[in-house]
Amino acid sequence: MAETIKLSIKRQESPDASSYWEDFEIPYRPNMNVISALMEIQRNPVNSKGEKTTPVTWDMSCLEEVCGACSMVINGNARQSCTALIDQYEQPIKLEPMSTFPIVRDLQVDRSRMFDSLKRVKAWVPIDGTYDLGEGPRMPEKKRQVAYELSKCMTCGVCLEVCPNVNSKSEFMGAAPISQVRLFNLHPTGSMNKNERLDALMGKGGIAECGMAQNCVKACPKGIPLTTSIAAMQRETTFHMFKSFFGSDHEVE
Amino acid sequence: MSKQDSSFFIRRLHSLLGVIPLGVFLLQHLIVNNFATRGPEAFNIAAGIMGNLPFVLVLETFVIYLPILFHGIYGIYIAFTAKNNVGRYSTYRNWMFVIQRITGVIAFIFIAIHVYQTRFQVALGHEVNFDMMADILGNPFWLVFYIVSILSIVFHFANGLWSFMITWGITQSPKSQQVMSYVALAIFVIVSFIGIQTVFAFI
Repeated sequence: MAETIKLSIKRQESPDASSYWEDFEIPYRPNMNVISALMEIQRNPVNSKGEKTTPVTWDMSCLEEVCGACSMVINGNARQSCTALIDQYEQPIKLEPMSTFPIVRDLQVDRSRMFDSLKRVKAWVPIDGTYDLGEGPRMPEKKRQVAYELSKCMTCGVCLEVCPNVNSKSEFMGAAPISQVRLFNLHPTGSMNKNERLDALMGKGGIAECGMAQNCVKACPKGIPLTTSIAAMQRETTFHMFKSFFGSDHEVE
Repeated sequence: MSKQDSSFFIRRLHSLLGVIPLGVFLLQHLIVNNFATRGPEAFNIAAGIMGNLPFVLVLETFVIYLPILFHGIYGIYIAFTAKNNVGRYSTYRNWMFVIQRITGVIAFIFIAIHVYQTRFQVALGHEVNFDMMADILGNPFWLVFYIVSILSIVFHFANGLWSFMITWGITQSPKSQQVMSYVALAIFVIVSFIGIQTVFAFI
């Protein structure tokens, strides 16, 4: 008898439909990952009862764990499905969408809120103007090394999915955008607007709503020191608050 | 503060009040009550001084009642905006996160009952003394309730100090946060001992 892979997938027809579990059993091939298993279901959408069904929908792009699009909850842990190897999982492998985000269909979620947060905290270096501003200040090597780690963030949403304070009852933005403020405030040109990012972090849903469960740093697939970033920004926002007290004209030092 | 939201300020105030004055009051309260271990007279003298401080009502209002109402009510709002997930991610810090919220709710309930049993009775003309506490703690239900509540409140205080250190930006690196975890644990053990020793002095 040929070896098979058992998958149990949480499915949902549309954003407002109710979810249900559907089991699949597909032929085993060596070195498969969750994506290639999903592709097999797409090729032959028949569930384990032998009934014809709709192909499972999911998101993917780079297939090398740098884009973050294929994040889902696999056997209870949020991660990218492209690097989730079938051989490393206990079967049946349970696939669920990251339910912190609005579900589009099946395993595909809408991560727009993360991009809205990045816009809100101004996670970029503004250089546009009416004339050439010339070269910016040089970045010290030690800062570059810290910034490089932070720049690995791919906005995959895993840190939001595992956070107990990111849910429908709260507006907390989660770890990723807070760490991005640290990244852009480290940049010598970016730091010229650091007050704007700190002000944004200090709004509703901002850094003060972190509950310090520290799941984010454990779950981050890129190993970004998220809780160190949050603590660093707690320090920065504390200073920023005191410096801004009583009508001070403090902006950036 | 013009460009900033009041929510940040309110969260920082919530964090500050938990330590000053509430944490300081907790330590003071448990230490003064520890006079009970030296006998009823010692406790009655200490309780008498604390209960008859000059401007006692003003002190109580601004050092205890208002801070505790703010910290408690806003804290319960915070507790109920979490979606706990220790079942899926059962790390040490995630457990601390949940227990911090549970002990906070226990503390709020206990303090309401404790104030009714003691301070409110004073307002009705009774006197807080050794016998009053011995009566309450003579009941096995209240005895267990007091022990569980004291442990909860001391946990909430000790673990709250850990998060206070991060909130205000004092402990930043993983190592400093780890060291603070041990400090918080030591504070929990020592202060719990003081509190539980007092409870048993009344029996």
